[in-house]
Amino acid sequence: MKKSKRPLLAIPYVVWMAIFVVAPIIMVVIYAFSTAGGGFTLENFTRMGTYTVIFTRSFRLALIATVVCLLIGYPLSYMMAKEGPRFQRVGMMLIMLPMWVNFLLRTYSWMSILEKNGLLNQFFSAIGLFDLINAVFGTNIQYFHMIGTQGAVVLGMVYNYLPFMILPIYSVIVKLDNSLLEAARDLGASSTAVFRKVIFPLSLPGILSGVTMVFVPSVSTFAISRLLGGGTQMLLGDLIEQQFLGGAYNPHLGSAIALVMMIIVVVCMWIMNHFGEGEEQAVML
Amino acid sequence: MKRIAALALASSLATGLLLTGCSVEHVSSETGAPVSSGSGTEPGSGRVVNVCSWGEYIDTDLIDQFEEKTGIKVNYQTAESNEALYSLLKSGGATFDVIVPSDYMISQLIEENMLAELNYDNIPNFSKIDDRFKNLSYDPENKYTVPYTWGTLGIIYNTAMVEEPITSWSAMFDEQYAGDVLLINNSRDALGIALYYLGYSVNTTDEAQIREAFQLISDAVSAGVYQGKVMDEVFQKMEQGNAAISTYYAGDYLTMLENNPDLAYVVPEEGSNWFVDAMCVLKDAQNKDEAEEWINFMASTEANLANMDYIWYASPNTEALEQYPAYYEETYGEPLDLELYEIMAAPQEVLDRCESYLVLPEATRALYNDLWIELGL
Amino acid sequence: MNLRKKNGLLNRCFMGLVFLFLYAPIFLLIIFSFNAGNSSVVWKGFSVRWYAELFQNRIIMQSVYTTLLVSLLATAIATVAGTLAAVGFYAMRRRWRDPLMTVNSIPMMNADIVTGVSLCLLFVAIFGFWNDFAEHYRLVINLFGEVYRITFPKLSLGFGTLLIAHITFNIPYIILSVGPKLRQMDKNLVDAAQDLGCTWFQAFWKVILPEIMPGIVSGALIAFTMSVDDFVISYFTAGSATSTLAMAIYGMTKKRVSPEINAVSTLLFVTVLALLAIVNIRESRAEAAARRQHS
Repeated sequence: MKKSKRPLLAIPYVVWMAIFVVAPIIMVVIYAFSTAGGGFTLENFTRMGTYTVIFTRSFRLALIATVVCLLIGYPLSYMMAKEGPRFQRVGMMLIMLPMWVNFLLRTYSWMSILEKNGLLNQFFSAIGLFDLINAVFGTNIQYFHMIGTQGAVVLGMVYNYLPFMILPIYSVIVKLDNSLLEAARDLGASSTAVFRKVIFPLSLPGILSGVTMVFVPSVSTFAISRLLGGGTQMLLGDLIEQQFLGGAYNPHLGSAIALVMMIIVVVCMWIMNHFGEGEEQAVML
Repeated sequence: MKRIAALALASSLATGLLLTGCSVEHVSSETGAPVSSGSGTEPGSGRVVNVCSWGEYIDTDLIDQFEEKTGIKVNYQTAESNEALYSLLKSGGATFDVIVPSDYMISQLIEENMLAELNYDNIPNFSKIDDRFKNLSYDPENKYTVPYTWGTLGIIYNTAMVEEPITSWSAMFDEQYAGDVLLINNSRDALGIALYYLGYSVNTTDEAQIREAFQLISDAVSAGVYQGKVMDEVFQKMEQGNAAISTYYAGDYLTMLENNPDLAYVVPEEGSNWFVDAMCVLKDAQNKDEAEEWINFMASTEANLANMDYIWYASPNTEALEQYPAYYEETYGEPLDLELYEIMAAPQEVLDRCESYLVLPEATRALYNDLWIELGL
Repeated sequence: MNLRKKNGLLNRCFMGLVFLFLYAPIFLLIIFSFNAGNSSVVWKGFSVRWYAELFQNRIIMQSVYTTLLVSLLATAIATVAGTLAAVGFYAMRRRWRDPLMTVNSIPMMNADIVTGVSLCLLFVAIFGFWNDFAEHYRLVINLFGEVYRITFPKLSLGFGTLLIAHITFNIPYIILSVGPKLRQMDKNLVDAAQDLGCTWFQAFWKVILPEIMPGIVSGALIAFTMSVDDFVISYFTAGSATSTLAMAIYGMTKKRVSPEINAVSTLLFVTVLALLAIVNIRESRAEAAARRQHS
């Protein structure tokens, strides 16, 4: 087989990466291992133990958000792919469009929806939901407590990153080879079997991309926990932000935390991709 | 193959040139003549001044007026907080001429030798600044700063949700209002509240006192007193009646009051923070003359009146302070409620029980930071 | 893909609910942009006051312009570069591809603020060297007997660095979105095309590109979105004279976000929606015309 020259196409970007991705990362590493005076230290890492709670909380919430995104995003992409081409084109734009309104403004809007006197609670009380619950259970509920909970934080993440799950999955499903599906049906597979044995495995590359694009930014997100979670439970993004924009400017500790977070994410991604590639190859055979 | 490589090379070269070209343009036409005078690529380069302040902290008409009057172009940028500004300056990411930090940040910048001494001969309007706002503790000899606004920190509460009037910081820790209190999301202010309540100085460096204050807040957190830690979300929450008690600035209370007439403001009897935001010039500023011209303009009585009316923070200009009630009546056709005016521009007896923040030593700042994170664990 | 069965009512309802979820906060924001009062939660009556004030506010208008310019440029450049890079990556052996893909995803994995600060430090360091050099060296060219002296320009952070930063954090999203399409593609197609006499540029243009187009489009959409929404990285790389809309909005959080921001967001949103509608109507007309010709 003759050697392909296509890898050469990546050269400009590899050079770009070396300057604008690798060089800054080397700086982060240097920062993480040094003190304000410039000496070498491991102290930034030894302090990490204190933050275990924040690490686990961030990864747990990001994982939940990713799963929820997948549970909503996959069926939606699947259904979109079934619609006519016009609907598909518009639908894809409509999914991204809300994101072009600034993140902070959208989150403020969510706050006013979820608040104690917010729209949702007003709506529930208008339709008499609280009266009904109080009558049935003998409780005395005036409102649902929604803002300031971890559920609200997950909602914020899902709202923010759902499009990043839908788009890659959709773009893979929509291009699935029709003859494969028909062959499966002709061979007597039920539609659930077609989905389970053919469509789902073939859409795995899209799922992997989607999961990466949702999980990774969810881990390092900041401000969501403050605005929707009431700020009483910090996430990793807030912790890192605090080192740079808090009262004590400490980029060294901030870099160290970011580095540890990245390493954990890389490991997670590596495991997932490994699993994914295996699946994909199994299907191809 | 070769064609593609050449194409890629050419396009990357072109983008490279485009990028440097863009940067050059910025250097020459916006950061100003002194640096790039050698480059000779300045299309009608005029005088400029780079200002960094807070968002919604100026009546933007003033910028146009200044440009018309002096022909100096103003690049007006905003930062999120004193700390964000400091972080940007520290990493060398921006070369502003004029910044408007708060008192404690000013003393930190002076300490780190980042500010330039002003030539007050170029700022004649400095004489109109009230003596109360000169030679303050952050700049004892007044060599670096010209005050921009000032005000107090206090308790804002909803009279429909809180029965008796609040007079003390104790309300911030009272389990009676559990779930309806908002803590300010800034370690200095939050711990400051507890320090006032305990009767300590807000500038204390005594670790035991700070830890005691922290314990007070931490206990209140465990007891579920706080609905959340907030900054500007406080507007929404108080206006919509989602929370009963919060701590914020006097000027912002007046903005909230427009939307929720049930709100009341008090500077607690234990004392509170009295803040001053002042204009200063950075040491490596490239347009120092323009910067001083801008500062002089912003210190004028007319500018202060317009600003006071726009942002509802009190001005340090004596004439503006005196003339504001008349100015208000003239503009809106109704007399200014003097009670509100006294909230905006607190009378001297209120200021007497207030204290302004000074920069804390680095160890104490680190302690504040650690405690604040501990609170969020 | 043709799955024969169309969506049932239940499925349509599900889609509707998801779109409601995505748009509820936006509707609320649009409604309150017409508020006569300055609150974003307390309704004081209908007014277009904030729209009028918006056009007077040159800080916001200027930042909208910068945002659109930097996002469009960054998306365009990143889409081209990212697509080429993705094609290159997927033609490599795994031994090479895997580490490169890991490096590629660093800007995504890193906390924004760390990316922002480290890029800022990098730019400052590079510009420091360059400016030292520019101060001491000049290029003297003797052309047709006349001497030209070229002085190297001094550089500082500004629109250029902002653009570089945006391109850098956009490309990974393009690659991640194009990647699955490349994996899905039949690898023999390209070889077949080349065996049939296509140059490999033709093979790329006529075979690969149409196959991966949906991935490129969705990648470009994501990249544009990331650019418009980014605050922290822009803040640290934009220098002292450039400001994006997101930077202006976050700058307001020390006091409060002004209602003019709701107005400008509504305008942007409605503009895009209108563009979308126009494109669609034209396309459906073209389709109808084609069908008529056909029959």
